[in-house]
Amino acid sequence: MRFLLIEDNMSLAKATIDRLSLDGHVVDHAECLADANGFVSTTEYDLILLDIMLPDGDGRSFLKSHRSALESTPVIATTARSEVSDRVGILDLGADDYITKPFDFAELEARCRAVLRRRGGNASNIISLGDVRFDSLSGTLEIGQDTIHLRNRELRLFEVFASAPDQIFSKSKLLDRLFSYDEGATENAIEVYVGRLRRHLKGSRAEIVTDRGLGYRLSIK
Amino acid sequence: MSAEVHSRGSIRRRLMVQLLLGAAVLAIALFFIVQSLARQLAEESQDNILAAAVSAILDTTSVRDGEIQLDLPYSAFSMLSNISNDRVFYAVRFGDDFVTGYSDLPVVTKDDSFGPWFDTTTYQDDEVRIVTAQRRLASGETPLAVEVTLAQTRDGQRDQLMWISQSAAALGTGFFVSVAVLALLAARSSISPILRLTQSVSRRGPKDLRPVAAPVPHEMVPLVAALNSFMDRLKNSLTRSEEFIADAAHRVRTPLATVRTQAEITYRRVEKDENRASIREMIRAIDESSRAAGQMLDHAMVTFRTDHLEQQAIDLNALAAEMIDRLHPMAELREIELVLEQQGAASTIGDTILLQSALRNILDNAIKYSPADSVITLIVSQDAGMAHLTTSDRGIGLPIDDAERLKSRFARGANVEGVIGSGLGLTIADEVARAHGGYLTIANNSKGPGACVTLSFPLQ
Repeated sequence: MRFLLIEDNMSLAKATIDRLSLDGHVVDHAECLADANGFVSTTEYDLILLDIMLPDGDGRSFLKSHRSALESTPVIATTARSEVSDRVGILDLGADDYITKPFDFAELEARCRAVLRRRGGNASNIISLGDVRFDSLSGTLEIGQDTIHLRNRELRLFEVFASAPDQIFSKSKLLDRLFSYDEGATENAIEVYVGRLRRHLKGSRAEIVTDRGLGYRLSIK
Repeated sequence: MSAEVHSRGSIRRRLMVQLLLGAAVLAIALFFIVQSLARQLAEESQDNILAAAVSAILDTTSVRDGEIQLDLPYSAFSMLSNISNDRVFYAVRFGDDFVTGYSDLPVVTKDDSFGPWFDTTTYQDDEVRIVTAQRRLASGETPLAVEVTLAQTRDGQRDQLMWISQSAAALGTGFFVSVAVLALLAARSSISPILRLTQSVSRRGPKDLRPVAAPVPHEMVPLVAALNSFMDRLKNSLTRSEEFIADAAHRVRTPLATVRTQAEITYRRVEKDENRASIREMIRAIDESSRAAGQMLDHAMVTFRTDHLEQQAIDLNALAAEMIDRLHPMAELREIELVLEQQGAASTIGDTILLQSALRNILDNAIKYSPADSVITLIVSQDAGMAHLTTSDRGIGLPIDDAERLKSRFARGANVEGVIGSGLGLTIADEVARAHGGYLTIANNSKGPGACVTLSFPLQ
């Protein structure tokens, strides 16, 4: 996905860009509202991450002035202020959601997915893998006439595989993507979810292959 | 929150008492002045008539052959009887001899003037006004004085005075009553600007700290100016507190966000298990401190807002639906299903942000302590004048013996090892419920495992 990150704190912005890049996203960074206006007028984004407190103005005024332009692009406001004090008005002014700093990137991803789903997806959400059509937004697999609804973790796991077919992912990497740091899940849990995906993919040309001692990969026959 | 106001005295009462005392003094003075004027007038007119009558009698006296000749004129007595039916007495003396009339009628002590001389005395058990006049008549070589004394009782005058006194008393009473009515009106009208000001201030919402704009009498300008400047200072201080809380959150959380993000990146890059374990610990610690900081600041904001409670009508079904929508992504991450069960309309009066905060905290708790792949139910219901928001999870449940303690600050259950929390969530929910006249109930599910937490608010 292509993100526009509007954030004035440089070290936080840099870390956020690096972190989002790890998941394969492309991020443009605007330090202030003036820069942001420039980016928005020239580029289409899948999602805008908007800090509410900025040096040259309140993020709310950005929401107000771009309401029409933002019709096609969802905005998630980021705020470091008290949730009780700051959320008023953010949603009223047209942000699709908000998230409180510091945030878990898994939560950000979940919110992005929810926001995009609410907005209704577009063609870029659909990946064809052999005879499997994967819609990452609605979380469905279409194999021939069958439509399978993936549960949240199945979806996130399959998304990892689908983003890079034939790439090997170690159990521990997959664990990181699926469970939060305080859940204390073991690598057995990955085997459970991989098992479920294999059942869903049975009868299609897509298959999750075990590379002993290395991990798993998605292979298209 | 209403502080006790000490009152001493009443402007209206003081005004009334002063005006009524003044009116009473004036009414009594009026009574006595009218009475004494009337008495004076009555006495003067009696004296004038007595003087005229006595001089009419004197006019008829003459001396013939050394004898006094006297013809009591009818007109003199009719003059006297005009006033009333008072009895009249007379005595005529010539030189040292008594001529006619009542011989025992006393004579007024004469002074150096020419007379007539008046006096008031008692004669035949009655108070009488008595007059004596003289005229010198030639008799032989030496002129001799003929002296006429005339007395009249004062019954008529007393009756008249009584009537005048009664009239004066009625006049005084009427004056007093009309002044009292005027005083009441004046007191009310001079109090009314104060009452209007009171109403305009007390009708305001808790956040309405605008200066008083309605015109007031200029005597009240210093009071209103002081009030306005006080409200201005209060507004500034409220704004500053609110901004401080928000800024404090910003200052604490932004660097934490950087650290957390960097830690996540590092975690994804390192391979060695022990390094990964220690980074995981780091992230947990960051989450713990940022959550604690956030909740403390939220708690400060909640405390601040409960002191200045807003009063809006809140549809709890809509609030619950919005909150479920908001927390859905979080629950979904752990494959927890949030189910909203709405059992009829339920609304209350209060501060939306506070209610959201309370509900978010109990739902957050439910999500945190629920096992993956489970269901959390939020039930909106009402009974006996209360609306209830009940979360029910399938988690580890609560140590119920400890239920009351869990509502206090930083208290955490004995069975929460390994779950990040600050111990402020239930405190916030409890304080919000109580600020709205409601309560927080902590229990375990009657059937099966899990906790059951209920926020109750009075129905609108």
